[in-house]
Amino acid sequence: MTKNEAGALARFGVTDREIEQALGRVKVSTVDYADLYFEYCQSESVSMEEGIVKRATKSIGQGVGVRATVGEKTGFAYSDELTPKDLNIAAETARYIADSAEGIAPVSVTHRPALARNLYPHDRPDIEVATCDRVTLLNAIDAEARRYDPRIRNVMAAYNTEYKVMLVATSDGLMVGDIQPLSRLQVTCIAEENGNRQVGTFGGGGRIGLEYFQKDQRYLHFAQEAAREAILNLSAVDAPAGVMPVVLGGGWPGILLHEAIGHGLEADFNRKKTSAFSHLLGKQVASEVCTIVDDGTLPFRRGSLNVDDEGTPTSRTVLIERGILRGYITDKLNARLMGIPVTGNGRRESYQSVVLPRMTNTFMLAGESDPQDIIKSVKRGLYAVSFGGGQVDITNGKFVFSASEAYLIEDGQITKPVKGATLIGSGPEILKQVSMVGHDLKLDEGIGTCGKEGQSVPVGVGLPTIRIDEITVGGTKA
Amino acid sequence: MTRMIGEQDYSTLAQDLLARASKQGATAADVMVADGETLSVQVRMGAVDRLTKAREKRLGLRVFFGQRSASASTSDFSRDSLERFVGETCALAQAVIEDPVSGLPEPGQYAMAFPDLSIYDPTKLQTDQQIDLAIRTERAAFAADPRVTNSEGAECDSSSGRIILANSHGFLGQYANSSFSLSVSPIASDGAGMQRDYWYGVDRSFAKLESPEAIGKEATRRTVRKLGARKVPTCSAPVVFDPEVAGSLLSHLCSALSGYALYKGASFLIGQLGAQIAPEFVTIYDDGLMPGGLGTRPFDGEGLSTRKQAVVERGRLTSYLLDTYSGKKLGMASTGSASRSIGESPSVGPTNFYMVPGTTAPETILASVKQGLYVTDLIGFGINMVTGDYSRGASGFWIENGELAYPVEEITIAGNLKQMYANIETIGTDLVFRGRIACPTVKLAEMTIAGQ
Repeated sequence: MTKNEAGALARFGVTDREIEQALGRVKVSTVDYADLYFEYCQSESVSMEEGIVKRATKSIGQGVGVRATVGEKTGFAYSDELTPKDLNIAAETARYIADSAEGIAPVSVTHRPALARNLYPHDRPDIEVATCDRVTLLNAIDAEARRYDPRIRNVMAAYNTEYKVMLVATSDGLMVGDIQPLSRLQVTCIAEENGNRQVGTFGGGGRIGLEYFQKDQRYLHFAQEAAREAILNLSAVDAPAGVMPVVLGGGWPGILLHEAIGHGLEADFNRKKTSAFSHLLGKQVASEVCTIVDDGTLPFRRGSLNVDDEGTPTSRTVLIERGILRGYITDKLNARLMGIPVTGNGRRESYQSVVLPRMTNTFMLAGESDPQDIIKSVKRGLYAVSFGGGQVDITNGKFVFSASEAYLIEDGQITKPVKGATLIGSGPEILKQVSMVGHDLKLDEGIGTCGKEGQSVPVGVGLPTIRIDEITVGGTKA
Repeated sequence: MTRMIGEQDYSTLAQDLLARASKQGATAADVMVADGETLSVQVRMGAVDRLTKAREKRLGLRVFFGQRSASASTSDFSRDSLERFVGETCALAQAVIEDPVSGLPEPGQYAMAFPDLSIYDPTKLQTDQQIDLAIRTERAAFAADPRVTNSEGAECDSSSGRIILANSHGFLGQYANSSFSLSVSPIASDGAGMQRDYWYGVDRSFAKLESPEAIGKEATRRTVRKLGARKVPTCSAPVVFDPEVAGSLLSHLCSALSGYALYKGASFLIGQLGAQIAPEFVTIYDDGLMPGGLGTRPFDGEGLSTRKQAVVERGRLTSYLLDTYSGKKLGMASTGSASRSIGESPSVGPTNFYMVPGTTAPETILASVKQGLYVTDLIGFGINMVTGDYSRGASGFWIENGELAYPVEEITIAGNLKQMYANIETIGTDLVFRGRIACPTVKLAEMTIAGQ
């Protein structure tokens, strides 16, 4: 038994015997697979505005989700009580889809692998660090942003931290637990000059603690970056509208990959043949300079996990190799139904939600171009370095994402900053337009949250500087 | 023996928590308790895909130590845990800085009467009944057109719950509500590709829920018409928003009118109270008392009465959306708009927020456009609330000489919300409530469309 698993069991106050009995109730003969997912989650948020750390909130939740799958069907129930009686009621409810008599024999859970690695070891989780230490950090951020430029009129900053303990027991006889810390610092500045008000934001974090932000006074950089973006936007001109070449900077612009192709490669959409990528395995979907992976094994990253929410160790999955579509990201249900490998991407927001195949950290590998040369290659276009959110329609493959910091490129030179513009394209087509990939791969700062079927999970993205020959830019200047 | 806690016990529980907080030194506090049950059925290709059943409860506590305050929530109602929970919440409050504006609403402001607003229907659906409704909806979608070849599935959900709010000024209120919904997402295909759309019905009363047949048929009508969509050249043209996407324009208005956005300087409508923000024929209400409404509630998240108020009257901005805190920051009274997530301090939100319908039929609006865009879907988050700058991915139809000529996709529409509200040219007659926010068809004089 690993330290994490032992901690989890003690936390839930459930015995092995009770787990095995509940699994026995749900894993009747017609059920292909069943699991129990126990979760305890404590989160805390402190936030500041107008120079005062005035809000603090805390949330504590625990419960169990019980799931049974029969063919393509899933039966699911959850409870915020963990008594044997509640476990059994949930097991009975999940079993409803099986259409067969109650199970009696317990399922023995004998396979209890130690975690092969710990991607986010912590001496002391943030939740045990005094709240006033986070308050001090926020106060320093406020002072730094206002010092940066007197045109900064308001600073809003929030520190969110989460401490999640999970334990999953499956009808395969597997039991594994994990402790998953997650923290994020977000700063927003509003700048004002002659009645022109603009906003700038910067955030980051991961499966790390307060010391990450304190190291080399990294939090001051957060304040400076948010302030810099707000001030920059004071002089932004209207964004152009129409088709043009676009250079994306490294890091967070990797959200392009997440929206344009990542969702389309999630196994559930492909099993149901509702994805624009459903028939494209083995086909060219990107230019040869593009290799894209999903990797849940990067230490301390926001999208990383030791094991996914079905107990499968996370892995590195090649999605696109030199332009060819190689694979999908899977959970157990979809891997079984499609007859393809389990990649360790079965994730859920909480015990109250079902497992879906989801991305972890999705990024493009570095290429060979010099980032400066990529910019120089564009006669008239857009250089986008930071983005807000994005969205995709899986079925027709159309995606959008919105720039929060972007510049015009004129004759190979970065010139004026432009106001936020939305980029829109088609997932299966856009990566064919990538003609240059920089050698400067950068992962994002750790701010991404992905939504699917109403469930939010933390994710990461990454990108080197790339040139897209043609994409539609949705500005106001036609 | 059942461990379900009766209603009486929840108000007792709330009072008990207030007493414990007071004992630990809190000068004021409020407690919110919610519980509910949900049955959700998803079917796909005629068979059950997912069945989810749950009952849950949650409790939120906000404490004040003078002008310091913190909020917390838990799902663990056991006596020992709650004692620890109150202690931790009180400790958290003492870690933050004093905020001179913080506090509960003054006594005397609270809702006194709780009228029956028809938001709770005790109907309990059986699992098989919900499966049947979902299967019929999907079947109707397939039956409506042979080009529907696949489906993301149909869903039938029922839920009910209740909310109890109590505070140390003596307010105690509670209400129950329910919701029934039915939806389907067909996929149509032709040689060129696939398209998906969606249609739904939702109501607080099961008897009033639209029929599976009507929902399935409408979903398919919306889906197949998108087949063969293409881009259009970049241009400026009139844009007609169908009611679904027109509602998003009102939703952005709500965000901009939020007292929190206003006092933080994060809204493009700062200082616009009393100003003409739209043409004279535009009137918008927020009505918390509309019988059976999806946003209806007898009191807001602080215990103040909800009401019907004009937000925009004949084009003039007549009210912000405020709770006690954001109102005080702006030197105004609460508008009864406090919304509350369990364990959070209040924020503000709309109740039933709608634009009064105009006198022009939607067909007549389309017929008035020589060259323009009819938008039926918007994606993305390209809205800057500080400046009002707006740029979103769109799909819909190109209008030529008053007729829908062909479907379009992979384009963006861009402008600035302030100008967009001012540019409203015509409002349709077709107001239907399918959520908290509802809007008829709306025509805007001009926007920038980016395409080829």
